[in-house]
Amino acid sequence: MLISGFSLDGERLPSPLPIWRATVRAETWQVIARGVARENGRLLSLWASDRRRGAAGQLVVSAAYVVREGLLWIDLPLAERAATYPDLLPCFPAAGRLQRAAADLLGVVAEDAADRRPWLDHGAWPKGYLPLRRDASEKSLGAAREVTDYPFVRVEGDGVHEIPVGPVHAGIIEPGHFRFSVVGEKVLRLEQRLGYKHKGIERRFGELPPDEGYRLAGRVSGDSTVAYAWAWCMALESVAGCEIARRACWLRALLLERERVANHLGDLGALGNDAAFAFGLAQFSRLREDWLRLSKEAFGHRLLMDCIVPGGVASDVDRAVADRLARQCDTIERAVQVLRQVYDEHSGLQDRFMTTGRVLPELAARLGLSGLAGRASGQAADLRCDQPWAPYDQLAVNIATQTGGDVAARVAVRFDEIFESLRLIRAILSRLGESGGAVCTDLRLPARAAFGAGWVEGWRGEVFVVLEWDGESGAHVIRRCHCHDPSWQNWPVLEHAVIGNIVPDFPLINKSFNLSYAGHDL
Amino acid sequence: MWRILGQITGNGIRSEAAPEFSDELRLEGERIQHALLAILGQALTIRQVDAGSCNGCELEINALNNPYYNIEGLGIKFVASPRHADLLLVTGPVARNMELALRRTYDATPGPKLVVAVGDCGCDGGLFGESYASCGRVANVIPVDVAVAGCPPEPIEILRGILTAVRRCRAGSA
Repeated sequence: MLISGFSLDGERLPSPLPIWRATVRAETWQVIARGVARENGRLLSLWASDRRRGAAGQLVVSAAYVVREGLLWIDLPLAERAATYPDLLPCFPAAGRLQRAAADLLGVVAEDAADRRPWLDHGAWPKGYLPLRRDASEKSLGAAREVTDYPFVRVEGDGVHEIPVGPVHAGIIEPGHFRFSVVGEKVLRLEQRLGYKHKGIERRFGELPPDEGYRLAGRVSGDSTVAYAWAWCMALESVAGCEIARRACWLRALLLERERVANHLGDLGALGNDAAFAFGLAQFSRLREDWLRLSKEAFGHRLLMDCIVPGGVASDVDRAVADRLARQCDTIERAVQVLRQVYDEHSGLQDRFMTTGRVLPELAARLGLSGLAGRASGQAADLRCDQPWAPYDQLAVNIATQTGGDVAARVAVRFDEIFESLRLIRAILSRLGESGGAVCTDLRLPARAAFGAGWVEGWRGEVFVVLEWDGESGAHVIRRCHCHDPSWQNWPVLEHAVIGNIVPDFPLINKSFNLSYAGHDL
Repeated sequence: MWRILGQITGNGIRSEAAPEFSDELRLEGERIQHALLAILGQALTIRQVDAGSCNGCELEINALNNPYYNIEGLGIKFVASPRHADLLLVTGPVARNMELALRRTYDATPGPKLVVAVGDCGCDGGLFGESYASCGRVANVIPVDVAVAGCPPEPIEILRGILTAVRRCRAGSA
């Protein structure tokens, strides 16, 4: 097959999005990385797996690239003894932490990587324990090491001091550590340490029955439960080679757009609040609550957890409920229009928003900023537009972009996306009225090994899930599941966004990205 | 400014007239406020600690601050340090990487040191269970007074859990 100018030996996965998988050797691994980088492709994810089975099989490191034609999943089998592979960091800055995580979980190491500090391993599990290896045993787990000090990069100089923040934060926020090096109140450098929430999700997938996995996927990052459940189910359906009912596609998109609106409403309120405009929080949090309550009535869950299931969706929407959902779009739209005007005209608020936490398009492109934050920095990528899978192929989604790259731009993208999602929801509801039929199809998982992948544009950015299925000789298990959150790409960029800003603006900048700790730490 | 004032007044009226559940919640809310004052006789301060949740519980705890639940109006306030807190509201299965931070937060909290574990994960480890990376339920790491089930529990259930812990504390000291 010929993808993005590369002639590769591989297969196209049965998936609603164009996804190819190919196995390569170390030289090709590097050639592809350089080629994708040259053609302005992006590194979506990097992970490793243990495909050993007795004497057969190997440790494998994999990379997923976004290219013009779709997604390219590259496997590189590793030699057992060395378990090293060529470093992707020179081509893709986002690779750094992904490679460090792969080293912690499977002991595969990027050759020549300069930064070999552990990332997810904080010293709470025994030294040398590699949780995703087949031979990892839990026997020695009682003997936890002393939690290790993390060697942060020190900034030296006259008047420089450090401010350590976290892991427990002063608010209702997820845990993580931020180390600021400051002069006066100006930030010279921010270094993050994440991984506090690592709770072994990827291994857990292999321990749960395959039909339970979607529930765990829906709890990788609770604010993106729909995006994860859809991506996970898409991956399982791709393993089974099954297509889902048309009506189920419409309902999945309805759920995904409702999740997007819910999160944007919450963020816009919180962003007002972080700029000392409590009015914004009161207004938007009320709208969000109205939105969640109708979600509960219509779908049975305020955050829409477990509404997407393998093969389709858990429940249908009847005419009466559809009418209420459409009417709510009108109400919310009117309210958000008023609030946008208030935000735009409020000079104190705009003063805090504009030029704060700026990532200019050139830097965003170089660092691989993605998703919502990427679109606010001129990176015009939205899977719903670039690879419109069903039902987005019939919705003609308008992408929202800004070039300012500051808090104001990320606020503007959220406003624009709310209006676009409300339009999409009304369009979906009108199409639902025209069609009937089943909303869930039975999945038949194959009695052989198979690969599957799911790729969905969640509210924060692209959510990506890969599955390795084992159906051979009576087995019926997921051998490997890897979930990728767009926060992996964007956390390191936040470190750049803060440089030169004042410490009190950090909460505002951080909120404007609103990245997931849970989705990153897994 | 006129637009803001207009929006505030317009909104206030709408909130009063809110249908169905908001009336019910208002009654529930008033009961909670009276009970809280009767039992504690003062405001309650809470430190929230996310020990490894999926962040779903945080969304619902945040919702307690919206005008419908108006938790500050009930005399309950989220504070920025465990040293200012009467009660710890802990979510998640406790990730092993958070175990030490959670213990230290607990140690830094003065009496009565109430602990409410929020969510199915906090109650029993939830879908994540116990593993090389997860200690499971909150009670495996620090003493828990009340555990609120649900994935995530709805805001009003979290509020009920908080109140139950306060009531138990009173019963214990009497």
